[in-house]
Amino acid sequence: MLRIESKEGRAPDLEVVAAAWDSARARALRRIVVCAGTGCIANGSLKVYEALKARAAEAGLKVSIGLDVHNDARKDALLTKSGCQGFCQVGPLVTIEPDGILYTHVHVEDVPEIVEKTLVRGEAIERLQYRDPVSGEVKRGKGEIDFYARQDRRVLSACGVVDPEDLYEYIARDGYRAARKALLEMSPAEVCEVMKASGLRGRGGAGFPTGRKWELALRQDEKEKYIICNGDEGDPGAFMDRSVLEGNPHSVVEGMLIGARATGATVGYVYVRAEYPLAVVRIRAAVEAARASGFLGKDIMGSGVDFDIRVMEGAGAFVCGEASAMVSSIMGNRGMPRPKPPRTAEKGLWGKPTVVNNVETLAQVATIVLHGAAEYRRTGTESSPGTKTYALTGHVANTGLIEVPFGTSLRTVLFDIGGGVLGKDGKPDNAAFKAVQIGGPSGGCLTKEHLDIPMDFDSLGAIGAMVGSGGLVVMNDSTCMVQMARFFMHFTQNESCGKCVPCREGTRQILALLDDIIEGRADETTLGLIEELCENVAESSLCGLGASAPSPVLSMLRQFRPEFEAHVRDKRCPTGQCKALSPFAIDPAACKGCGMCAKACPASAISGERKEAYRIDQAACLRCGACVATCKFNAIKRGAL
Amino acid sequence: MSTCKESEALRFEAVVAILDRYERDPSRLIPILQAVQEEYRYLPEEILTYVAVSLDLSPAKVYGVATFYGHFSLEAKGKYVIKVCDGTACHVKGSTGLVDALRAELRLEGKKKTTDDLLFTLETVSCLGACGLAPVMTVNDEVHGLATPAAALEIVKSIREKEAAHAAN
Amino acid sequence: MSGFVTVDGIKVPIEGEANLLALIRKANIDIPTFCYHSHLSTYGACRLCLVEINGKEIDASCVVPPKDGMTIRTSTPRIRSMRRMNLELLLANHRQDCPTCERSASCKLRDLASRMGVRDVRFRRTRPEQAIDEGSPCLVRDPNKCILCGDCVRYCAEIQGIGAIDFAHRGTEACVTPAFGKSLGEVDCVNCGQCAAICPTAAIVPRSHVDAVWKEIDDPNAKVVAQVAPAVRVALGERFGLPAGTITTGRIAAALRMLGFDAVYDTAFGADLTVVEEATEFLGRLAAEESGARPPLFTSCCPAWVKFAEQSFPELLPRLSSCMSPQSMVGSVLREEKARSVASGKDDGRKLRVVSIMPCTAKKYEIARPELSRDGHKLVDYVLTTNELASMIQEAGIRFQDLRSGSMDLPLGFSSGAGIVFGRAGGVSEAVARYASAEYRGGSAEALDFAEEAPGSGVRTASFEARGRRITVLSVQGLANAKRIAREILAGTRQADLVEVMACPGGCVGGAGQPIATDAASRSQRAAGLAQADGERELRSTADNPFIASFYSGTLGCKPGEGRAHELFHTRYSSKKRIQDASIRLVKGSGQRRIPVKVCVGTSCFLKGSQAILADVLHHVESGGLADFVDVSATFCSEKCGKGPTVTVGDTILERTTSAKVMEELLARVEELKAGATA
Repeated sequence: MLRIESKEGRAPDLEVVAAAWDSARARALRRIVVCAGTGCIANGSLKVYEALKARAAEAGLKVSIGLDVHNDARKDALLTKSGCQGFCQVGPLVTIEPDGILYTHVHVEDVPEIVEKTLVRGEAIERLQYRDPVSGEVKRGKGEIDFYARQDRRVLSACGVVDPEDLYEYIARDGYRAARKALLEMSPAEVCEVMKASGLRGRGGAGFPTGRKWELALRQDEKEKYIICNGDEGDPGAFMDRSVLEGNPHSVVEGMLIGARATGATVGYVYVRAEYPLAVVRIRAAVEAARASGFLGKDIMGSGVDFDIRVMEGAGAFVCGEASAMVSSIMGNRGMPRPKPPRTAEKGLWGKPTVVNNVETLAQVATIVLHGAAEYRRTGTESSPGTKTYALTGHVANTGLIEVPFGTSLRTVLFDIGGGVLGKDGKPDNAAFKAVQIGGPSGGCLTKEHLDIPMDFDSLGAIGAMVGSGGLVVMNDSTCMVQMARFFMHFTQNESCGKCVPCREGTRQILALLDDIIEGRADETTLGLIEELCENVAESSLCGLGASAPSPVLSMLRQFRPEFEAHVRDKRCPTGQCKALSPFAIDPAACKGCGMCAKACPASAISGERKEAYRIDQAACLRCGACVATCKFNAIKRGAL
Repeated sequence: MSTCKESEALRFEAVVAILDRYERDPSRLIPILQAVQEEYRYLPEEILTYVAVSLDLSPAKVYGVATFYGHFSLEAKGKYVIKVCDGTACHVKGSTGLVDALRAELRLEGKKKTTDDLLFTLETVSCLGACGLAPVMTVNDEVHGLATPAAALEIVKSIREKEAAHAAN
Repeated sequence: MSGFVTVDGIKVPIEGEANLLALIRKANIDIPTFCYHSHLSTYGACRLCLVEINGKEIDASCVVPPKDGMTIRTSTPRIRSMRRMNLELLLANHRQDCPTCERSASCKLRDLASRMGVRDVRFRRTRPEQAIDEGSPCLVRDPNKCILCGDCVRYCAEIQGIGAIDFAHRGTEACVTPAFGKSLGEVDCVNCGQCAAICPTAAIVPRSHVDAVWKEIDDPNAKVVAQVAPAVRVALGERFGLPAGTITTGRIAAALRMLGFDAVYDTAFGADLTVVEEATEFLGRLAAEESGARPPLFTSCCPAWVKFAEQSFPELLPRLSSCMSPQSMVGSVLREEKARSVASGKDDGRKLRVVSIMPCTAKKYEIARPELSRDGHKLVDYVLTTNELASMIQEAGIRFQDLRSGSMDLPLGFSSGAGIVFGRAGGVSEAVARYASAEYRGGSAEALDFAEEAPGSGVRTASFEARGRRITVLSVQGLANAKRIAREILAGTRQADLVEVMACPGGCVGGAGQPIATDAASRSQRAAGLAQADGERELRSTADNPFIASFYSGTLGCKPGEGRAHELFHTRYSSKKRIQDASIRLVKGSGQRRIPVKVCVGTSCFLKGSQAILADVLHHVESGGLADFVDVSATFCSEKCGKGPTVTVGDTILERTTSAKVMEELLARVEELKAGATA
């Protein structure tokens, strides 16, 4: 029997490990993968996992919990957890291989049937499988479901499949081969060249060529250099980086190791926001496992390269996602950005060259080094090669985590993968499509006219939008764009560090003006003043947060000016979302006087006599909507009386 | 009889242990504060001053760092911490109504986040990453998805009842 | 980097400037900025110094290094629009009471708004009104005027090494504050006031004594006398259109009398007294080498330095000269004369009020020190800064610049040249050296030839001969430098015999009470003025001041440093380690009477094992059922760092103690308590 050990911290022989893992895997008849991404966990997937363990044992099945490569025995099944499997809408998700079955909405009550039917008898359970909402067809597994089939999952290829806590599985899937190649067969300059040739652009939002950034750091004549993995994914509605860290953390470790080789960094930091406790746990575990096996530490794989990683949790400041602010935070200070020049690649942590790369960027590095730049460039477009992950959320049928090549159109993403737009009643209604916000609070919105624009850095940049980190929020026609502009401005304003005048004061004033519009106080100067402020903030802010804060507002003003003008001139909110411009009112004709709404109201704003029409006191009304939900007679409506 | 706050003493010992663990390195101030906050559930003023002195940093600087980051609280938190997610997806699905209803029910106005009886703290957080369940709220990290104002108020009510029953016993 | 940068069409050579802003100034363009100061770290936040580079990007000129061939435009339509809007945004949240604001004449915000053509503020106030901090004796903070440029924060942290104020909160809630929102008077601020000097608005201003002094002058039952510090006479003229460094001593004397002061004295006389006392003290230490008086001797006339030493280096206090500062010595003499005149029945019965005119804000703190009072009277009653005196002169309508010289009252109005140079950094040492050095011959020579240790280090060295050996002297400016030197001295890596510390740049000439200097040149011009005044004196050494000699032999009837001289001119210091009052209560007993046990967990005691003692004590208290009778607290510093670990049980202080000794003492006390309770 083969023993895999690291001798004196020396990394094990990769091919030997891979072979051992493959054999061990082959000894299990089936593999059950339970999605343990944050979304599915919130839905109870861990309970499902425990139930499967227990039930399978009761049924006398030999189930291996996690793969033990040193265990010779044959098994009926291998049970593992994975990171986000992507289709959050229909979780908890359970995948069964080699059957190629995907079960959706799995709950503890379903476990006995899964064990009896699928594990013991190899039969699929239709009611748990995905049913296409249009054709009604039952789909066997991921390969048949449009949501998956239309994607090109590369960064995410292992997420949702591998056990993120199994280093050996990572090695079995070519893990650390690229690092070995970079450390033992390539010079730092050669690694930088490959990255440059691949055209990989940073996935954090700015799209700066990674190879050039690494080369800039390599050129600095300093012994002490650093590489930071930016896991402070602060865009609300974005969870791509979280999924990679939860689902395939070793890809990030390996990426950093290769980056260290390319730049000469000896210390790396992974800065993860504390709102991602599972990601923190997984990446810490991966770093420890890598260290224990000799992939981190001194003289890695006998290359003479020293490199180690520290994991740090953010403490709740979106601005720390900005590279120089992150550097400041790691040094124990307030996360305040500093003006550039010099760039952080020249002077970062403690004044030393520091490369800051996004999680998704680092997760692609190993593939590029292993398979070469030309192979990488076969996907995507000329100026934006490769794929991009997106978090697809909002008023769309299939919400979840997706990945498509750059250049894919919005139409494909929204309709073919996303399954189409949901109307205000939650039912499919493509005509209700209003806009997609791309790039979060730094980005812009795309509308019907942009459906066929290729999504890549330059095409989107040309129309005043940006890829950003990859958050895609779909909005139907029940969404008030003024409210959305306000939402994003409120977010950035709240997260502004407060250092520079335009961002600190400017965003606050823009927010106040947007509130004027929403609350019916705007006048003919308001829109012009907002535009002037936006231009100033965008141009004179110190860092990217301020510079891009006005983007959603400007974009929405550009695409939906009539809607803004209705608010300003007519004091009317076309969607009825703006409370001040569309109060709740009880229709006296429909009201039966049952009093249920008054009971539900937390502000005691509803009064009336039994069997007579009730009334809402507008001054006290919070517009929370609790009454609407309680009324069985649909007597409470929004809009001017 | 005695009000020996042994837990106070233990917590203070824990602070010293935390400082040791991070080698009293001033650049590790943030992880140190995170660990201290886990111990005390917030950052008491005198502990922050002690940390400052131990790290040879000015108290004003430590105060500045503690007040910059959203996770640090210089006020004691309630027994039940309710977090309502206001990420884009949740927002679009109505999290504001949820927050308003809770604030009214718990009588929290302006900047006030914690009820006077120290039973509840209400916070808005951006993106818990469970967007498929929007709108999402958590109570002491227990996730309640597809939350409605009515459901939220029910949860508050049942907690109050439970606590009242406890106190009576 | 050499070459040229074209600025608005003008070719400007690159001559080692670190950034474009400094280079552009050479083209006679005054780029607006709030947050750029060459002696502070670059902050880049005000966004006013933006320029267009090579027709493309717009960047802050304070951070971009000049490169040969760059083309800069400083005033495009976009840039002008951005500057105006950013100023508008600041004004929106600024209390705009310019006509009644005391910084109105020198406020940078008002000046720039006016110069940049801001004629309308279209934005609303979004910040709530914040409380004004009046808790410090020397400085008043008004957060409603703060524009968050961070100059004060950086000065206090980088140049003074203290960091008493810093940014707190974030975004629009961001503010500049002492820790925990306390008052400046409650934290480790040493009152140097340089924050106020560098503040572009009235967010921090010195605390005015003007109204109080007017009241005294108007009181017929008060005899109000003034003493004028050296640094004042070379700066006051700046408020009246005279160049910096113009000697205005005579005009000041005249103006003071016109204002209603009954007598005018010279603090430089006090400086001469200080020279005598301090030199005597110094030579005495050289001879005796008593324990606790190891070299060096530190000067003590800078009250910011004294407070800093008390807070951060109490172990150095024995080495601080016990001499009072010149202003206090003058006050002391005046009080003594008053007492004698009352005793002899010759007194006119009026109250004596002593007012110092100082370049300094920390002096306002010094006069309130309890040690600087005698028989219930403060030695000095009020301090007016140079600016405050200028305001009074203006209020009285006096055309200061055209006054004919008056003169000061003798003998306290007469000083040697040595007394005058106290106003500049290195001056105190120079004066002492003239008195004590065997080599000093007078005439036009200086006793000390200072050399800067490293460019910009703020530390200069010199030496002179006395008692047959070479005396090394250090002149230190800025408290961050003082901190560094103090640490080196404590560590034994640096030797010196005499160390002079001045908290303000250039010494007192750069004090925070002086007219706001628009550039460092004013300070050196003022120092040059002092040198001139010194040079014009015939009597350049204190030793030659006849009034000093007769003062000791006649009035005091004793030798310097002894007897009445010691009583009149020497003071005490006490440790003020920052966190004196804070402690962490760990056990609160429930009995009626309880014994307080305080375990010091300050760094020094901690390193000596106080943590283990604390754990033991807590354990014993719990297991021995003593919790009813005992309060156990962890304190930060009992100021006995050399004798740690220290534990206080009741009122007994146990030094170099162990858990066993503590428990022994505690158990004995508890028994006493129990016995007392039953008796």
